[in-house]
Amino acid sequence: MNLVDTLFTRLRAEGRKAFMPFLTAGDPDVGTTARLFSQVAAAGADLIELGFPFSDPIADGPVIQASYTRALNNGFKIANLFAAIRSVTSLPNFTTPIVGMVSYSLIHRRGAEAFVSTAKDSGLSGLIVPDLVADEADHFAALCRKSDMKLILLVTPTTTPERAAKIVKLCSGFVYCVSVVGITGERDKLPAELTQQLARLRTMSDLPLCVGFGVSRPEHVRHLKDIADGVIVGSALIKKLEQGGTQAVIDSVRELSAALR
Amino acid sequence: MPTVLTQTVPDARGRFGPYGGRYVPETLMFAIEQLTDAYESAKHDPAFQAEFTRLLNEYVGRPSRLYFAERLTKEAGGARIFLKREDLNHTGAHKINNAIGQALLTKRMGKKRIIAETGAGQHGVASATAAALLGYPCCVYMGSEDVRRQELNVFKMRAMGTEVIPVESGSKTLRDAVNEAMREWMATVETTHYIIGSVIGPHPFPMMVRDFQAVIGEETKQQSLEQIGRLPDVVVACVGGGSNAAGMFYPFVNDKSVELVGVEAGGRNNKYGEHAATISQGKPGVLHGTFSYVLQDDDGQTAPVHSISAGLDYPGVGPEHSYWKDQGRVRYTSVNDAESLEGFRVCCRMEGIIPALETAHGIVETMRIAAARKKTDVVVLCFSGRGDKDCAEVARLVQG
Repeated sequence: MNLVDTLFTRLRAEGRKAFMPFLTAGDPDVGTTARLFSQVAAAGADLIELGFPFSDPIADGPVIQASYTRALNNGFKIANLFAAIRSVTSLPNFTTPIVGMVSYSLIHRRGAEAFVSTAKDSGLSGLIVPDLVADEADHFAALCRKSDMKLILLVTPTTTPERAAKIVKLCSGFVYCVSVVGITGERDKLPAELTQQLARLRTMSDLPLCVGFGVSRPEHVRHLKDIADGVIVGSALIKKLEQGGTQAVIDSVRELSAALR
Repeated sequence: MPTVLTQTVPDARGRFGPYGGRYVPETLMFAIEQLTDAYESAKHDPAFQAEFTRLLNEYVGRPSRLYFAERLTKEAGGARIFLKREDLNHTGAHKINNAIGQALLTKRMGKKRIIAETGAGQHGVASATAAALLGYPCCVYMGSEDVRRQELNVFKMRAMGTEVIPVESGSKTLRDAVNEAMREWMATVETTHYIIGSVIGPHPFPMMVRDFQAVIGEETKQQSLEQIGRLPDVVVACVGGGSNAAGMFYPFVNDKSVELVGVEAGGRNNKYGEHAATISQGKPGVLHGTFSYVLQDDDGQTAPVHSISAGLDYPGVGPEHSYWKDQGRVRYTSVNDAESLEGFRVCCRMEGIIPALETAHGIVETMRIAAARKKTDVVVLCFSGRGDKDCAEVARLVQG
């Protein structure tokens, strides 16, 4: 069974919600990222979303882009990352699913089929491709299905109900619900329409609904606990890493995940 | 003026053969579908087309002249050289054709604000101009390196009430300006229209920008018949993103007797990072929402690029150019920095016309082609823009 399914089956049985931190691969280096996997899992991460640095990430805000730029300037290469992921996911006691956030450019260069199979071998459980919309995703979704690789698609506040229906049909593992119009990054408040957006999706799909973009504070997490199945925190953690190194990330994961319990 | 052309590409999904499509965040799909619908209806609306033509004629000053460059012809020593004078348009380049078209669409969609990216500043100035003309607030993203290189255009945009935002990320050039404009569009998509300046980006932009620029090729065809009595033998245009070339080539695509030549920026040399010859040296990949030739490393990270010309300094190219390349319909070649400076000099001395550095790349290839052909042949260059904006940079390079 795919680790993402195992996770959400267990959490549903326990009546719990998933805490899902985002980490940039290779910021500051791939070794540090690999060590963080076990550290954030121990601090309360249920699933890790791993950003593959890309030179032109149009969906990301300044914090994540700067983090990608640091990783690329430090010589980030995808082959090294896959090896590092493998070194952690092959540990017998490591069962936290890791899902890659990968721009389609990187997938295409390696070849979609080769990318999925290498990702599978490394122990990744799923892929989020932020610039592959459902209209273009049929072929890639089929490749992922064949390899038991989850393909997580995004639904946003501007997504029409007709589009949402198509998206949830192609999507597997969980639905990535974008809370705000715009790019990744911290926001003071989450929009009020989010509750209705999630309720509408519930009528279309049984997949877990996880909310990201703009989530940064314990009060956001507490608010989402009642309406979502999982909470994704990205830019706020990357900022912690910039300011206080890996220990600050671990502390923040502990604090934010506690708000879900 | 742009009669509606029979179109075989793109298909309904925006594909030119395998190229094109939409590789964008889901947040943008709402606006992109809205834009596709608005453009489809505008394209077939005689009132919209009439308003577009009226502004092109009365405001931009179209049709632009097809001019026989007698002294350049003598200098090259072969075929007759004609220049399609887009530099004589209001704002000094072909970019205004598209900016006016998209500004009219902004009005049609009921959006309240315009944003744009710019490299050399020509598209920024064109967007600022169209925004002023139609009364919209406008915001232009421009790499900070280009802000330095193109001081005059920055002044012009600000003078017309546009806010110029220097982009400090990445290479600080056109590609980063596109990234930043796309992000801004994502955050304000419900009220803002993004006027992309070239035949790049997600569908429908490559098709729509080509259509708005096709007036160049249509006029050229008609003027050739009137002035020469037949179609030209060769048509040349410089290619960065490829909008002047797409607008020039598209009406000629089915005229098999006309050879079409695109000229990319050869930069300093052929090495990775030293040029912007995307089709000549790149591979198919994804950048800025479209699948097309792109300059990348083995991981799929976008390559650094270089050109003396800010308008050609771009690691991608329009998907229709990739299609034409694979079909063998257009030949793509490159001209380097040093050669283009020489083209700039020759054009100034021989014709009394100061070309944009982008156009200077085309001049060099045009003279090469003319030199190799017989005197009765005709070569037309899309003279995409005037060089006022480049004078300070050329002076710096020539004296430095």
